[in-house]
Amino acid sequence: MSDLAMPVIWALAGVYALLLFSSLLVKVLRHRTGSDYRELGDRIRSWWVMVVIFTLAIAVSLTISIIFLAFISFLAFKKFLSMIPTRRVDRRVIFWAFVAIPVQFYWVAIGWYGMFIIFIPVFMFLIIPARMVLAGETDGFLKAAGTLHWGLMTTVFSLSHAAFLLVLPAEKNLAGGAGLLFFLIFLTQFNDVAQYTWGKLFGKNPVVPKVSPKKTKEGLLGGVLTAVLAAWLIAPYLTPFSYQEALAAGLLIGLGGFLGDVVISAIKRDIGVKDSGNLIPGHGGIMDRVDSLTFTSPLFFHYLHYLHY
Amino acid sequence: MTKLLRFLFFLLIVRPLVLVIIGLNVRRRSLLPAQGPAVVIANHNSHLDTLVLISLFPLCLLPKLRPVAAMDYFLRNRWLAWFALNIIGIIPLRRGVKASHDDPLAEVVVALDNDDILILFPEGSRGETERVGRFKTGIAHIAQRRPEVPMVPMVPVYLHGLGMALPKGDFVLVPFFCDVFVGEALHWQGDRKAFMNGVTECMTALSGEGRFPAWE
Repeated sequence: MSDLAMPVIWALAGVYALLLFSSLLVKVLRHRTGSDYRELGDRIRSWWVMVVIFTLAIAVSLTISIIFLAFISFLAFKKFLSMIPTRRVDRRVIFWAFVAIPVQFYWVAIGWYGMFIIFIPVFMFLIIPARMVLAGETDGFLKAAGTLHWGLMTTVFSLSHAAFLLVLPAEKNLAGGAGLLFFLIFLTQFNDVAQYTWGKLFGKNPVVPKVSPKKTKEGLLGGVLTAVLAAWLIAPYLTPFSYQEALAAGLLIGLGGFLGDVVISAIKRDIGVKDSGNLIPGHGGIMDRVDSLTFTSPLFFHYLHYLHY
Repeated sequence: MTKLLRFLFFLLIVRPLVLVIIGLNVRRRSLLPAQGPAVVIANHNSHLDTLVLISLFPLCLLPKLRPVAAMDYFLRNRWLAWFALNIIGIIPLRRGVKASHDDPLAEVVVALDNDDILILFPEGSRGETERVGRFKTGIAHIAQRRPEVPMVPMVPVYLHGLGMALPKGDFVLVPFFCDVFVGEALHWQGDRKAFMNGVTECMTALSGEGRFPAWE
């Protein structure tokens, strides 16, 4: 725990307190109503596991944190490829796309911002079709090149922004990179939970009925307001933001999280996938946990980078 | 010594490869046999199939797990034969010999008497990628050999995605999440044709459970 700044340790303690409270709440509910709250129980149990893994990932060392985030990217990209139609001739191309994951996170680890920011949008954008041309199959070429690159952009490039928070110059922020990462991931996930909860309690009018009938305006509004409030409360301890900047960061994460979520839902609908797996009990697959982050990571990163770095 | 090597190979290489690099989505794992004698039958698309099926079982069952594999392919040279017999633990099966005097299934029957769990690919070899081929009747022959009670349960397993991760004739592994659907155990009822129909029907039903993206 040597590297973690005090505010991050307090923030983590806060999350454990929140989890403890939720677990107790489910116990009380079970006792009172006699119903078993299976899904809620599963969800909270999975949160415990994810929070413990996240704690270890950021507490041990910077290298471990980056490897952890690279692994999340790997799982998400693999999931994406397992959902979309792919061509047999593109096996080698897909192999090289996987190789791009450690390379991208290596740029993060050595803090080479220039390379980090162009490697996937420019170089992989060119390498994918170039390698495909060598294979020679033209049927479905554009679709394959497009989907592969889209997958790399969302699951690797976007998510790697979360990792780059860790290597931003330390002197600008007392809580360090871990504080920024915590802020981003906590708010994104908290916003997800808040939108879900507000939606369950008061949801009536769907926002995008064709994509995701369960997402309601009430849930969105409640979630975003909750995220803004949470951002305003914790930003002074974890980020270099002023109070006004913190409010806008909360708004950005609240709206971005919603958009990331519905965009991935739209993709799933497009390719006819109902659920995206059972990796995390009560939550579905890895995609259901990182969908919001694919939007909030780059949005939050560039907002912060523009204002303070 | 080779037993230890086999254990370490599965613990340190196969499990990380199968569970972390590839990643499995297993349905109804509890239907897998907990002890021998039993036969696991699966469709065959990749060399990974055997490794994945073995990884589905707890490591303590490893000595009991015996994949049945083609003699002509796996014993074609000394090194491969050593690896196949000692590390993978195969029971070599002679393919396509009818006139031979010695019994090709003798070793299989010995293994069942020894309470082993056999892993069998009734298609005979790795088929056309990600398609289930016609099942050969070898399984019926084996079932027939063991008519005594308790009858050997035959557990069908449908595998999807491993042929995309490592198809026949390729050596570059590309990670894909793979599906493993386990079905209810089948039992030999005395009629070869009915039994084979039962197996095919069961595999078709299992493969219909998934909704798989196109792979051309």
